[in-house]
Amino acid sequence: MALLEVNDIHTYYGNIHALKGISLTVEKGEIVSLIGGNGAGKTTTLRTISGLITPRSGGVAFDGADISQYRAHQLVSKGIAMVPEGRGVFARLSVTENLNMGAYHRNDKDGIAEDLEKVFQIFPRLKERRTQVAGTLSGGEQQMLATGRALMSRPDLLLMDEPSMGLAPVLVEATFETIETINKEGTTILLVEQNAHMALQVADRGYVLQTGEIVLSNTAKELQRDPTVQKAYLGIE
Amino acid sequence: MSSQLDLRNTARVGLLAGVITLGVSAVGMLESFDKRDLIIGLLTLGQLLLFSAPFAAGFLVTRGEDKVDTGEAVVGGAVAGALTAVPLIALILLTLAAPNIRNSLVNVSPELISLLSLGASEIVGSLLLLVGMAVLGVAGAMFHVLPDAIRKPLISGLGWMLGFAILSEVSLNILRPILGRGLMRALFGTKGITPLLAAIIFVVAIGLTIWWSKGGQQRYEDRKAAMSEEQRKQSRRISIGVGIVSLLILPIILGTYLTEVVDNVGLFILMGLGLNIVVGFAGLLDLGYVAFFAIGAYVMGILTSQGDLGIAGMSFWLALPIAVGAAVLAGVTLGIPVLRMRGDYLAIVTLGFGEIIRVLATSDLLKPYIGGAQGILQIGKPTIFGFEMVKPIHFYYLILAGVGLAVFVASRLRDARLGRQWMALREDEDVAEAMGIHLVSTKLLAFGIGAAFSGLAGAIFSARLSSIFPHSFNLLISINVLSLIIVGGIGSLPGVVVGALVLVGLPELLREFAEYRMLLYGALLIAMMIARPEGLWPSPITKREFHAAEEEEALGGVQ
Repeated sequence: MALLEVNDIHTYYGNIHALKGISLTVEKGEIVSLIGGNGAGKTTTLRTISGLITPRSGGVAFDGADISQYRAHQLVSKGIAMVPEGRGVFARLSVTENLNMGAYHRNDKDGIAEDLEKVFQIFPRLKERRTQVAGTLSGGEQQMLATGRALMSRPDLLLMDEPSMGLAPVLVEATFETIETINKEGTTILLVEQNAHMALQVADRGYVLQTGEIVLSNTAKELQRDPTVQKAYLGIE
Repeated sequence: MSSQLDLRNTARVGLLAGVITLGVSAVGMLESFDKRDLIIGLLTLGQLLLFSAPFAAGFLVTRGEDKVDTGEAVVGGAVAGALTAVPLIALILLTLAAPNIRNSLVNVSPELISLLSLGASEIVGSLLLLVGMAVLGVAGAMFHVLPDAIRKPLISGLGWMLGFAILSEVSLNILRPILGRGLMRALFGTKGITPLLAAIIFVVAIGLTIWWSKGGQQRYEDRKAAMSEEQRKQSRRISIGVGIVSLLILPIILGTYLTEVVDNVGLFILMGLGLNIVVGFAGLLDLGYVAFFAIGAYVMGILTSQGDLGIAGMSFWLALPIAVGAAVLAGVTLGIPVLRMRGDYLAIVTLGFGEIIRVLATSDLLKPYIGGAQGILQIGKPTIFGFEMVKPIHFYYLILAGVGLAVFVASRLRDARLGRQWMALREDEDVAEAMGIHLVSTKLLAFGIGAAFSGLAGAIFSARLSSIFPHSFNLLISINVLSLIIVGGIGSLPGVVVGALVLVGLPELLREFAEYRMLLYGALLIAMMIARPEGLWPSPITKREFHAAEEEEALGGVQ
């Protein structure tokens, strides 16, 4: 049984039919990438899965249970965490306060402290800056912080929305390295990316979205070799 | 000269101080303050106000300069002080040239002119004022030149003396039963302190400051550092105990009138704690907060009144939870339509809600039930074991219990999960939602709990006055409560107490201010926003926010 099963979801913004029957699966332990151009529906898919938008029809099953009608606050305790687009950190709070906020629904003090140490291990940079106010961090550090905060809820599934957006090339590389690290530590990841090249390099499998529909799906290796993908998303003629 | 005194700045500061003083005179504040003695025969409140202008101007001129030499300070202070006098002298001369000036400026009375010209004739007085203000300007400027060893004792001496004189009524009330009649007469007048007491306070304050800086502080800190963990805990417990005991015996010391003032402050603290949850913790700007206060008061009134409008004749204690519940219900009801609103829009809608409640209370529609403009009379007093609470001192304990409960609830909630949710909501609604925080319940809980405290305050308010009228529940209450939160420090619990003491307590004690209350509120709020935007007792986050720039500089220095 797959960890996440999305089955033919249709999502609307008012009258706009944004997702026209998306189906995808994420197996436990995988990294799955959703790639596609602007307006393809990548972020909408993530927002639907995380419960920020309710689909009009179709099902989302997590760990075997239907979650399509759940709201975001119910999903966090179920084990789904999201790193929002544009990083989204609490600018006036310190790094540590931001991280603790990620564990706001948990009661196990020891577990939280343990996870904080773990996050600091993955992102030593955050440890150095733990008392600094998040708004004064660099873009790359804010991305680390948003990711670390999502990890603080001890998720089984991590949804990441455009983690490389607006980052310098060297930081993009580092970001994807940490995505692999996090995955190796046992967190399943569903990743939305415009940077198809990097996204397919770290992923096990990938889906290609176009105007609200999935047009291609395969292992990441195959997708990298696919001529249409190469032409449209990887810039290879 | 290497560092030239900035003449333009000096002129600007001096003239500005003069124009402000002119404005204060023209609205009649100076004259009415002059009727209040501070030190009998020597100084009135009006004179203090008048003289502090050139002093402050001189002080500001030399402030911020790294190194001020004496010559510069004297010149700058004299220029600034003298310029402060210029607009006032213009006013004096204007009354000479145009004796009819009072037709347009009603407050420019002969008494004011005589006060400004220091009791002499117009021409001589103008010169005296010019020289006097120049001298005071120099004194203000010299403050930066004086070595710390002289400056600090001087500041504390003057500060304590003037503070004591301004609040003489408080000490008068407290000391009257203790000291004999003769001694009282030697120390206090009807509206101020005698020169003897002023001199005593001045000398004692200076002496203590010198003792403190010359080893007292060192010894105190040494002793504190030498204490063991156990001893420290013990001394903490002792100070908490002393605090509680003094709160309990406070009304006995203060006497009836001051206890009434404290009761009033207490009700505002209660409301402030509630609004602090909504505005300070959850970041939802609510300008109609008085509505819940009104609802609490009216429900209490209707349920307990013995008059025509009373419907149940309930006891206070039975009606109290119903009144609070009604306020909570109103808070949640208001919360639902404004769930999607943020910032300015939210403020406007809540403002409207507050007005709706007030208009409803005055309306003919509800007159048969809640009395319209005539209000509700004969509201029942609370009783405990057959003992009826009627005096301010009785209500003091009731309000103290309410405030204690509110402080406890607010501080526990702040540190609980809900507090974190509020914090996330305040910091960034979108991120909070993405993190899985349920915005609907988080917001409604903030509105509901905030309204509960206000409803509690309203219920006590109506029992205390035993009659309520719609005009007691106007917009000014909302603004007052919001202001006291801002002045105290937004999101800070001790800040609410400090803010209420400053904005509600002080004006009650200085009844001379009453007429100019709103003017002073405005001035105080502007001054606070410039000089101390984080409030008098800020919460750590707000404090950090306003000092983030300095922190960054410090970090930059290290790197």
